[in-house]
Amino acid sequence: MVDKTTIARNFLSVVPYAHALGLTLESIGDGVAVMGLPYSKDIVGDPDKGIVHGGAVSAAMDTCCGAAVMCHPSSPSLTATIDLRIDYMRAAAPGQTITTTATCYHVGRNVAFVRAVATDDDTEHPVAMATGSFTVER
Amino acid sequence: MARKRPDPVQVVKERRDGALNAILHGVPYIRFLGVEFDRRGDELTAVLPYDDKLIGNPMLPALHGGVTASFLEITAIITLSWVSMWEDIESGAIDVQQIRDGNLPRLPRTIDFTVDYLRSGLPRDAYARARVSRAGRRYASVHVEGWQDNRDRMFAQATGHFLMPSRGALAGA
Repeated sequence: MVDKTTIARNFLSVVPYAHALGLTLESIGDGVAVMGLPYSKDIVGDPDKGIVHGGAVSAAMDTCCGAAVMCHPSSPSLTATIDLRIDYMRAAAPGQTITTTATCYHVGRNVAFVRAVATDDDTEHPVAMATGSFTVER
Repeated sequence: MARKRPDPVQVVKERRDGALNAILHGVPYIRFLGVEFDRRGDELTAVLPYDDKLIGNPMLPALHGGVTASFLEITAIITLSWVSMWEDIESGAIDVQQIRDGNLPRLPRTIDFTVDYLRSGLPRDAYARARVSRAGRRYASVHVEGWQDNRDRMFAQATGHFLMPSRGALAGA
């Protein structure tokens, strides 16, 4: 039997932009998804300091939030982002993988609500946090 | 007092485009996404040429939400930076050659960014323009609109707050 993680991992590989960013799936299930955004020179926004661009962090957060919705026990068949807000608390340390954890904390008939947090190796101090609402297709 | 004779048009264009291109080419993520800027006077329109790698949902297909967010955030940062540098570019206070040599002006830092996804991004070119709602000495608020075929049918809009670099600061300075 193919487990949910394998399905989700395959799913990630067919999402072209997730593939372009090199996003990895660390874990998924019960409305919680964890993904890794590996450091690469391509996604740098501040070349002088080598800091990853906020947009790349947004892309990782968005993908992770969508995955959290999809793996919620109410099993939506499809989802799309309605709104996503990201607060950037600090610059991620250059060279480190950014890990995003998204939690789908409420799913209604039409809308799912998600929160996500992104950290580098210093997991005590988040790099960014996100709040989003997503469509739920049944 | 005699008015200073305006610089020849090619000098003006070279100075403006030189400053803009130097900023753009210094940021790897802008190149990675393939974002370009179309400049008419001081007005900037960001252009995201379509590429297969930008897809998020291959079934529809639709642009990745993160691509849209990145595109709008880049538009906001570059426009904000451009608006705040404009006077200095015009007066020649900013030395374009210095920027070309890698002394990039420090870009505004995103504090928060909220994207409103209005419809799915189609697999074709996208455009965006930003309006600086307020540019203070330290904080700025920017609104961005993104569209594809039809200017009146936005596919996404965003609002963000930014921390301004100290004036005249160069990266690494």
